Amino acid sequence: MFTPKMKLADVILSNPSLTLILQRFHIELGFGEKTVAEVCLANGIADSFFLLICNVYTNNAYLPSMEELKNTDMTLLVPYLVASHGYYLDERIPHIEKHLDRIAEACPKSHKDILQRFFRDYKGEVENHFQYEEKTVFPYIESLRKGEPCSGYSINQFEENHSNIEDKLNDLTNIIIKYLPGNIMPKERVSVLFDIFQLSGDLNKHSLIEEKILIPYVETMERSQR
Amino acid sequence: MKKTKILLVEKSPMVVQGLTTILNEGTEFEVAAVADSLDRIAERLIVVKPDLIVLNPQLVDYSKRHSFRVLFQDSPQVPIVALVYSYFDQQWLKSFNGIIEITDDRKHIESVLNEVAQADNGHSESPELYELSEREREVLVEVANGLSNKEIATKLHISVHTAITHRKNIVKKTGIKSVAGLTVYAMLNNLM
Repeated sequence: MFTPKMKLADVILSNPSLTLILQRFHIELGFGEKTVAEVCLANGIADSFFLLICNVYTNNAYLPSMEELKNTDMTLLVPYLVASHGYYLDERIPHIEKHLDRIAEACPKSHKDILQRFFRDYKGEVENHFQYEEKTVFPYIESLRKGEPCSGYSINQFEENHSNIEDKLNDLTNIIIKYLPGNIMPKERVSVLFDIFQLSGDLNKHSLIEEKILIPYVETMERSQR
Repeated sequence: MKKTKILLVEKSPMVVQGLTTILNEGTEFEVAAVADSLDRIAERLIVVKPDLIVLNPQLVDYSKRHSFRVLFQDSPQVPIVALVYSYFDQQWLKSFNGIIEITDDRKHIESVLNEVAQADNGHSESPELYELSEREREVLVEVANGLSNKEIATKLHISVHTAITHRKNIVKKTGIKSVAGLTVYAMLNNLM
């Protein structure tokens, strides 16, 4: 488990995928020997929340207890999730789409169309999913946090509607690995597979944070308001 | 009677000792070998030839989750049961043949292992089960056409229950869950 006194560089080096997390907190590289606490302070970030995310990303078995959640400053929870959405939608998904397009172009016409349509639909689904969160769920949470009265919505509804956006990505990996004819763009396919694995791993953590941190946290706030 | 041999992949001596005691006393299973890390698996597989593997998912590095079965490529038909004592992504756990939890009692552990050991026999004896059957292809095409289970049942003159079983097998064999994904599969294989 990471602690505030560890050097931030050591944290990142022990799990390189945390480099992406830095971006979402707008922490720039080049922080020298500074500790997690120092860098967080300089960037106006609560180190408790920053470490919570780093620990969830790094230790598969780790999930914070209610007690830990209570002691964590959640100010940045929603901004963090929004920044993650931006990364998926503006960077990763277009990147994968570009590669897939190139693969699709090398396929016979009928295959090309079906592959492209599959990914376009997937992209649309992800966009809707994120948009619902950003337009409905997150504003609700922010007003709860400010103690404003908010009737007509509760986090239960979110729980019910929280659809799984990882299934289709897994389907896509199966299709690319098993069913696209082997001679079509072999190098490009390997590289797009890596991109998809990375995205899918990240999305898994993202859902985990929403389901096991965001939902319990909001439920606690809802209870204390009643 | 010959006992079902288990390769236990677990780091904690306490857990190893505990499970070994539970299984070796009065069940049809025995812990035939223990590996304390994934690196040790290959050698154990060759020597022990286990019928079943019980593995703590915690030992699998996050980045290798999708590919950890490569370690068992020398004996691909041996089922793997997850031994869980902390939280894991449910989606991932589903890729195991069974799950036992640290709090389960002997009876439960035995029944999970029994189920997994028996389910496996069908697979290893008939590898052709991995290809879709004629009936499954027909069901797949209707799924891709957007029909519901009930509509498929009516059209193919089978029960809804049978239609659902076919669908489950299709998902199991192809690894594809969504209707959109299955449609792509059907088209790539010229089924429609």
